[in-house]
Amino acid sequence: MAERIVVDPITRIEGHLRIEVEVANGKVTNAWSSSTLFRGLEIMLKGRDPRDAWLITQRSCGVCTYVHALASVRSVDNAVGVRIPENARIIRNLLMGAQFLHDHIVHFYHLHALDWVDITGALKADPKKTADLANQVSPAGKSGVNDFKAVQARLKKLVESGQLGIFAGGYWGHPAYKLPPEVNLIAVSHYLEALRQQARTARLHAIFGAKNPHLQSLVPGGVTCVADLNPDRIAEFKYLWLETMDFVNNVYIPDVVAVAGFYKDWGKIGGTTNFLTYGEFPQSEKEPDSMVLPRGAIFKRKVGDVQPVDISQIQEHVKHSWYEGEGALHPASGETKPNYDKLDVGNRYSWMKAPRYKGEPMEVGPLARVLVAYGKGHQPTKTAVDGLLKKLTIPQEALFSTLGRTAARALETKIIGEAMEGWITQLVTNLKNGDKKTYQPYEMPEQAAGFGLNDVPRGALGHWIEIKDKKIGNYQLVVPSTWNLGPRCAQNKMGPVEEALVGTPVADPKRPVEILRTVHSFDPCIACGVHVIDPQTNEVYKFKVV
Amino acid sequence: MRQEKAFDERLERKGVSRRDFLKFCSLVSATMGLAPSLAPKIAEALTSPQRTPVVWLSFSECTGCPEGLLRTMYPWIDELVLDVISLDYHETLMAAAGKQSEQVLQTTVDKYPGKFICVVDGAIPTAENGVYGMIGGKTMLDIAKEVCPKALANICIGTCSSYGGLPAASPNPTGAKDLESALGEALKTPVVKVPGCPPNPINFVGTVVNYLLFGKLPDLDDKKRPLFAYGRTVHDTCQRRSHYEGGEFVTEFGSKEAELGYCLFQMGCKGPETYNNCSIVKYNDGTSWPVQAGHPCIGCSEPEFWDKMSPFYKSL
Repeated sequence: MAERIVVDPITRIEGHLRIEVEVANGKVTNAWSSSTLFRGLEIMLKGRDPRDAWLITQRSCGVCTYVHALASVRSVDNAVGVRIPENARIIRNLLMGAQFLHDHIVHFYHLHALDWVDITGALKADPKKTADLANQVSPAGKSGVNDFKAVQARLKKLVESGQLGIFAGGYWGHPAYKLPPEVNLIAVSHYLEALRQQARTARLHAIFGAKNPHLQSLVPGGVTCVADLNPDRIAEFKYLWLETMDFVNNVYIPDVVAVAGFYKDWGKIGGTTNFLTYGEFPQSEKEPDSMVLPRGAIFKRKVGDVQPVDISQIQEHVKHSWYEGEGALHPASGETKPNYDKLDVGNRYSWMKAPRYKGEPMEVGPLARVLVAYGKGHQPTKTAVDGLLKKLTIPQEALFSTLGRTAARALETKIIGEAMEGWITQLVTNLKNGDKKTYQPYEMPEQAAGFGLNDVPRGALGHWIEIKDKKIGNYQLVVPSTWNLGPRCAQNKMGPVEEALVGTPVADPKRPVEILRTVHSFDPCIACGVHVIDPQTNEVYKFKVV
Repeated sequence: MRQEKAFDERLERKGVSRRDFLKFCSLVSATMGLAPSLAPKIAEALTSPQRTPVVWLSFSECTGCPEGLLRTMYPWIDELVLDVISLDYHETLMAAAGKQSEQVLQTTVDKYPGKFICVVDGAIPTAENGVYGMIGGKTMLDIAKEVCPKALANICIGTCSSYGGLPAASPNPTGAKDLESALGEALKTPVVKVPGCPPNPINFVGTVVNYLLFGKLPDLDDKKRPLFAYGRTVHDTCQRRSHYEGGEFVTEFGSKEAELGYCLFQMGCKGPETYNNCSIVKYNDGTSWPVQAGHPCIGCSEPEFWDKMSPFYKSL
């Protein structure tokens, strides 16, 4: 007997998401992902000063703050034809690197961990055993008996107060929670520690970016923080980077490995088929060749056969979204209008469109990046992935899973973090040699078009701008969570999260913690996934996709 | 005395020294313009045994405001939500999902009528009866109508819930409105606005502390912003003010003048028309703020700033 389960709202994500699944014989047999908020940023951008676009698009999302800012200034740089100075590229890369460090730590501990960690289980732990175990796993600090006793006492106090706050109503005691009490206690302790670490790590953004969330030091042509390029600030940045990397190496990655060891069955659940990356961290003007994380597409899980990306092969479908029309719309020739009727998973059920590459749904994000880099022989990625597979004694196929996705996110945090050190050194060398250039002036053209591509924590992100009479004629964002969380396409092919959910076990339909595991492994970020067209003219979609 | 002892023990258990805690209290009293002698009283208010229940409703927003709150350092966010208040509903942090999360919200509203604080971030889409924003099958508009009038007070965090913010920017495709305008007369409970995009968490914490300390909401300006944070313009308190007076201006980013930290007025700075304390408390533990990073203020704590303060690089 099939049963329908609706989880609405999916919490511990950015934005508003509804997931509906059909369960038969204890497993998901069908799934529908619905985005339930629509803001319409692209409409607002029309007619504004192109230099203002990045400030507006950054507000697509406050969790992955900065990423839309960067995509947007890149699109204007590209449109006006300005070549930014090397120091500006380095600062922008450092801020992007900091974004990955911060974002991935918050995702694992605060948005994802409670799917695997039973807070109440931690109450049963023996602090002494916990300390012994923690010391075996990693040399992280704050792992003494007294440290764990203090965390446990705090938790006990919370439970006894009867005011559970953010922990109220969790699926505690669910049989799908498999961690021993001691591992639960370590994880809870690190959940709390990470709450403080993320606030400190966010200071990396403030040093060269004024503040976080929503940085304020970019401009088309470069960056504005020239006065901050001094030894004090660089030392502060490097210290915070070191502190964060210590947390990544000695807390985050060991925790992911330790938790994964108890959930190896999730290496067979939650996989998808095709993967796409735009690449990130240009080391010179040569893009995509100089990028640390390469650009590429993988079909049918053929990691050994990474293909080049042809951006013109992207299409957006609306057959199952709340817009008029049925078919596959090339962004250059859309005739689409918002048309909310009702949520009907048999018909239309999301504000998101369904992007497809060469007609296929593509997973984007950490797993896609790690697979593409691995397939292209990127050495730090190969070392990290092979090391993890060996440590967990799982086969390479296990990467195509919920477990693989969560592990890939941790591995790339380390890979990106380590690359940042070279950029800091390069910045110092430039300054030492008297190169303090951070901005290149340019003329705003009457007419122009450009695009900016990034790979951001949640995946491939593209901004397209058209400048008309020195103002924004059209603006379009195609964002990671639309790729991952979008609905079915005109050919009724499921989106990646829908595909990933099929086969997920559900022990108790009233408490579907397993669904959260797979959905959260994509790190959904919905506000930016919903992008919109002008209801009257649909001009936002009149784009030439390059 | 007993309470004070219990409070010290609680601090200790948290691994927070009393000195650290008082540092926060002093910072808050300074932010709020209170006498330093009030710091111990703030400490007391923050550690009362029954934690004030707080529900946080996120509507048409970007989650920048909830994220901003996570950056609080005095107190740290774990202290704030586990020891100072009871954050019962907050979609970004809460463990519960789906039906369970909606139950938690209902329970708090039913159990503490007129006694919980409601924090709202994000504007409320009102066009087409609110279909542009739904949670748990209900429109955001209906949720706000149901919850906000039952709160002790509503704190609008961020410019979207305060004044409409980005969703309401021209041409406002979803009919987005700030909380007060969306609910109109149905909202009889007090409203405090802590605008900014996102606001500095210290201003939110200061507002909550004011309530816990004095049992009332802080004094507000005519736009319902706490005077302790929004009483003066960014320009009045700017570190670069002397350059303005001395006629020393930046006219190009990355220039010698930019490196020397000259005034950004000619680059479009909206500091003279923006009420906020950015230059005093700065962001992320006092690390920086936009003007310090060489970028003009965009006026993000003012109503309709996306339309009225733009183009952002054009001088006032």
